[in-house]
Amino acid sequence: MIKRICLVGNPNVGKSVVFSRLTGVQVISSNYPGTTIEITKGYLKIDEEKIEVADLPGTYSLEPSSKAEEVAVALLKEYQKDGIVVINIVDATNLERNLYLTLQLIEEGYQTVVCLNMCDDTKHRGISINVAALEKLLDVPVISTCAVTGVGIKLLIQRLKETKLTVRSKPDHKERWQEIGKIIEQVQHLEHRHHTLREILEDASVRPFSGLIMAMGIIYASFKVVRFVGESIINKITDPIFFNLYKPLLEKINSSLGQEGSLYSFLYHLLIGDLINGKIDFKQSLGLLTTAPYIEFGMVLPYVISFYFVLSILEDTGYLPRLAILLDNLLHHLGLHGYTIIPVLLGFGCNVPGILSTRMLESKRERFIASTLISIGVPCVPLQAMIFGLLGSFGGFYVGGVYLVLFSLWIILGVILNRTLKGYSPELLLEIPSYRLPPLSVLGQKLLFRIKGFLIEAAPVVLLGVLIINTLLFFRLFDFFSSMFSPIITGLFGLPKETVIALLIGFIRKDVAVGMLMPLGLTAKQLFISATLLAISFPCIATFVVLFKELGFKDLLKATAIMIIVGLIVGIVLNFGIRPFP
Amino acid sequence: MKEKQRGKIAEVSGGNIFANRMMSMGIYPGKKITKLSHFVFRGPITIKVGRTVLALGHGMASKIIVEIE
Repeated sequence: MIKRICLVGNPNVGKSVVFSRLTGVQVISSNYPGTTIEITKGYLKIDEEKIEVADLPGTYSLEPSSKAEEVAVALLKEYQKDGIVVINIVDATNLERNLYLTLQLIEEGYQTVVCLNMCDDTKHRGISINVAALEKLLDVPVISTCAVTGVGIKLLIQRLKETKLTVRSKPDHKERWQEIGKIIEQVQHLEHRHHTLREILEDASVRPFSGLIMAMGIIYASFKVVRFVGESIINKITDPIFFNLYKPLLEKINSSLGQEGSLYSFLYHLLIGDLINGKIDFKQSLGLLTTAPYIEFGMVLPYVISFYFVLSILEDTGYLPRLAILLDNLLHHLGLHGYTIIPVLLGFGCNVPGILSTRMLESKRERFIASTLISIGVPCVPLQAMIFGLLGSFGGFYVGGVYLVLFSLWIILGVILNRTLKGYSPELLLEIPSYRLPPLSVLGQKLLFRIKGFLIEAAPVVLLGVLIINTLLFFRLFDFFSSMFSPIITGLFGLPKETVIALLIGFIRKDVAVGMLMPLGLTAKQLFISATLLAISFPCIATFVVLFKELGFKDLLKATAIMIIVGLIVGIVLNFGIRPFP
Repeated sequence: MKEKQRGKIAEVSGGNIFANRMMSMGIYPGKKITKLSHFVFRGPITIKVGRTVLALGHGMASKIIVEIE
């Protein structure tokens, strides 16, 4: 009787895709090693019986070499060998390398089923595999699948029952490879193919010169597409809805309400906020029904959609690991290696998944540097969208300025951390996947999944945040904080004391915090300083919790101290260092 | 080893842990290897072994000793 199923395999062979197919639980999958950093569990029903399925981070062998690999191997060891069935997912286009883990699993005595994935990809690469012969040689069931389209998954489930405890002698590493060599000779047939366009592109992107040109082109194009898609959604969809449909409705409600009583004025303040020139202003009224939805759905959501649209394409084509090679040299000066680019890019979406994915890095030191730098110098999409929305009207100069400051901080802080922290940073060791053209349906599903995640996590917090702010504002409870911090804020940063509120709100959500700046009528310089401060100072509460979980209390304190010091220095330098731009 | 040059791995030095790690990724003595590219200032090196393309740091790469064909 099967109780548990574990999905085990090399990195980037499609374990998570198989997992989604088996359990119906959606998880993020991409075309680079290390997408799955945690164990995800789901259930598969066979004959009315619920079986737990665990999706494990990828590993090359049963001797782990990174935190994510450790997690995978530790879980396998936790269970009794007769209690679990291991589905070993194998990349059919790279059978030889994958078989090393397969043999280890069988030798260790796990009940194994081999799932020969990505079979659709073998044909045009001129690979043919004799599945029956492989099954005979390994003495375990072998099923060829294409998890992205779902081919073979049914058969895989059917044949799960055929597993049995096997005994296979344990050779040493070298003998194991010899054995694999023999197996490959018997089951795999290669046809010679001419270089395809894909291979030419693959080669070009890992060479220094052509790689750099490609990288610049791709980054530039990505940026343009994010802006174009984001702006199009705002201009064509969300703004018309807000201004032509929602606003008239609100105004009707507004005028039909009476104006009497103190309870009424409190509620009115909560829901609608302040009228600007006798009218509702989505950017300045600060009400639950006015500014809150406009910030979240009218300003932030369009960019969340466009950002994840572009990120998903970059992820699924397999370009990102190539970017990692190009950036390896630079990042080594910061005590990191090139692959840190993936947590950083994810961090641009939201710091939380960015910091979580630093688990793909090998050492604790790297994870500390990367997490600290992400929470200080990587603004999330909601924050960026708001910065664009607000500072953009003063010209690209200021928006560019924010990024310039953040980038310089990255370099300076990274170099300092690298010089002062004990230990050394490991070198890059990264498998480069081949390019794949992701099916549109897969991209769409992933995008929807992420947007859903954003809505579920962000919307309630934003509403709650605005509710709390408005209540506190109504009872003038912020005045206390404003006067307490005003020496720092006004004296050192040159900002009006009301910005204290926005900076405090930054702890709840950054986009709302920038929204709080809108009605203050700040000058361009003040707006520039406060937006930069919001980006680098305290991370929002969700990021804080993740930092605590990933780094522990001591390192969290360290990271927080760094943030406060950096925030102070940057605020002062910017205030006294730059002249107001005409 | 120069770009686009092929060879055969003679030895993976640098301790057991490193050798085992390489071994599990399919890099072991006797295997055919092709160098794809390298980056200046002791930057990373990309190699192809079997069907696997790997990027690895300069230090690691220097521990893989190759007989050039």
